[in-house]
Amino acid sequence: MERTCDCCPNPAVVHETVVHSGIQTEVHLCAEHAEQRGYILPSATGPALIVGKLLQQVQSAAARPANACASCGTTMATVRETGLVGCPLCYRHFEDALGAVISRAQAGASVHVGRHPAHAADLVDRAAMRNRLARELREAVSREEYERAAKLRDRLHAIGGSPSDAFASADADDATRVEGGSAE
Amino acid sequence: MSTSGREPIDDERTPEGRGSQQPHASPLIGFGDAWGDARGDARGGSEIPCGDCVLSSRIRLARNLVGFSFVNRATQSQLSDVVHRVQATRLGGPFESGVRWVNVQATAPVDRLLLFERNLISRPFVEATHPRCVAISTDETASVMVNEEDHLRLQMLAPGLQLRPLAERMFALDSALDRGLEFAFHPRFGYLTACPTNVGTGIRVSAMLHLPALHMLEELEKVQRAAKDLHLAVRGFHGEGTDALGDFFQVSNQTTLGRSEQDLVDEFTDSIVPRFVEYERAARRALCERDLASLDDRVFRALGILRACRLLALDEAIKFLSRVRLGVALGRISDIPLGLVNRLLLEVQPAHLARARGGELGNGRDDRAARADLIRAALR
Ligand SMILES: [Zn+2]
Ligand SMILES: [Zn+2]
Repeated sequence: MERTCDCCPNPAVVHETVVHSGIQTEVHLCAEHAEQRGYILPSATGPALIVGKLLQQVQSAAARPANACASCGTTMATVRETGLVGCPLCYRHFEDALGAVISRAQAGASVHVGRHPAHAADLVDRAAMRNRLARELREAVSREEYERAAKLRDRLHAIGGSPSDAFASADADDATRVEGGSAE
Repeated sequence: MSTSGREPIDDERTPEGRGSQQPHASPLIGFGDAWGDARGDARGGSEIPCGDCVLSSRIRLARNLVGFSFVNRATQSQLSDVVHRVQATRLGGPFESGVRWVNVQATAPVDRLLLFERNLISRPFVEATHPRCVAISTDETASVMVNEEDHLRLQMLAPGLQLRPLAERMFALDSALDRGLEFAFHPRFGYLTACPTNVGTGIRVSAMLHLPALHMLEELEKVQRAAKDLHLAVRGFHGEGTDALGDFFQVSNQTTLGRSEQDLVDEFTDSIVPRFVEYERAARRALCERDLASLDDRVFRALGILRACRLLALDEAIKFLSRVRLGVALGRISDIPLGLVNRLLLEVQPAHLARARGGELGNGRDDRAARADLIRAALR
């Protein structure tokens, strides 16, 4: 399956694994975001040779505590101390821990409903699709339709979802509602 | 976009480095007489929805750019980069008819405070030292703070209860910005913000309520409990602690995830704000029916003090103006328009007094004298 950019739905052309103190962090970026973040791409087609920013990142990572956000170096300890997150990618890096914090602060709500940026229309559609498949999977399992469940599970995998999503939260259906119109 | 229009405030001024003995004309006087009237500060109350009990409505959206650390984690050069990107973007909606960019980092303290007193920037934005700026629409109903806690804080203001029209204009502005900037977004968490409790819509809907009758009847605690039950945040006149509430009471949402912007705006417009307005109106009726003479005494005693005093502290000014506002809203005082009282509530603040003097922030005694003079002249 083609890996998408960490920042947008475009296909990633930069794939990097940074290992520090035994912690592996993956970075996947499209050409545009790679350039924005200081990666230098030799050509549009050739393999991504990465210099510059990445070297800086690895060097500064040496001074970073284990399990910091690969992009900005923030740790969950810092988030707890300051009440602030370091960068958008922290939300990916600390998805579970932040998910718990957010849900507590938001009276149990865990899924966004409302406007979204035009560039995220795809993400929102995929999230909606994942949630629909997850709901159907849940129903199939509860009716003991295992053959159907297996098919749904495969489709869920194919779009980047996990069967555990189906049982993670009873109100996962809410994610299929994207109201308030798009940003356009 | 031409760079000449970006920094209207003369640049040789360093953030803090002005000798206080050196008088200067406030550059923000350049905003001219458009200040005030367009926002309805000077208009009467009858044509403003719920103007008798609601001072103003406000909507704020938090947005951040993809590819940058949040403000708390960004370098100075990243912050400058964010400023330039936003300034290069066409602002839509209320900014179509004119926009003024103010380089807040390079602005004198008195002018930063003036923007704060006019609800165009936040208290932390006044005091920060990093690169930041604010776009202000010429009619002063909209502002975009760049590099507050989030990269962008869009804000719109209107007198009375006007959240639905505000929301419509806010969505237009958001869409216009979305065409030129890439906002950080997560399919589950929604718009990503520096503070994890603001994610989702990133919206803050609020109304500044004027509840003098509930205060007189000592019912404010009940109001506060009701607000808490509705998951609302409650604040005083300028967002200060709840102990300094006085008669002004700002309610705003705390939940930003799991409900659409429109849903929230509808709930504030149709149910939450009308509920507080009804409480207050019932309390006003009760005061009139039970003991009109005593109510009149409080109202006209306040008016008498404002018309006669020579030294007036800020908290006193707000207290007495609040009582006069009540008298005007109930028709007990007929020769003072509600809009004038609303305007005075802004103009009695320290930076406004300094601006009227054309100089620096004054000391307490100067301010008390200037405040008393201003009000006496206005209410003559
Ligand atoms: Zn991308
Ligand atoms: Zn981060």
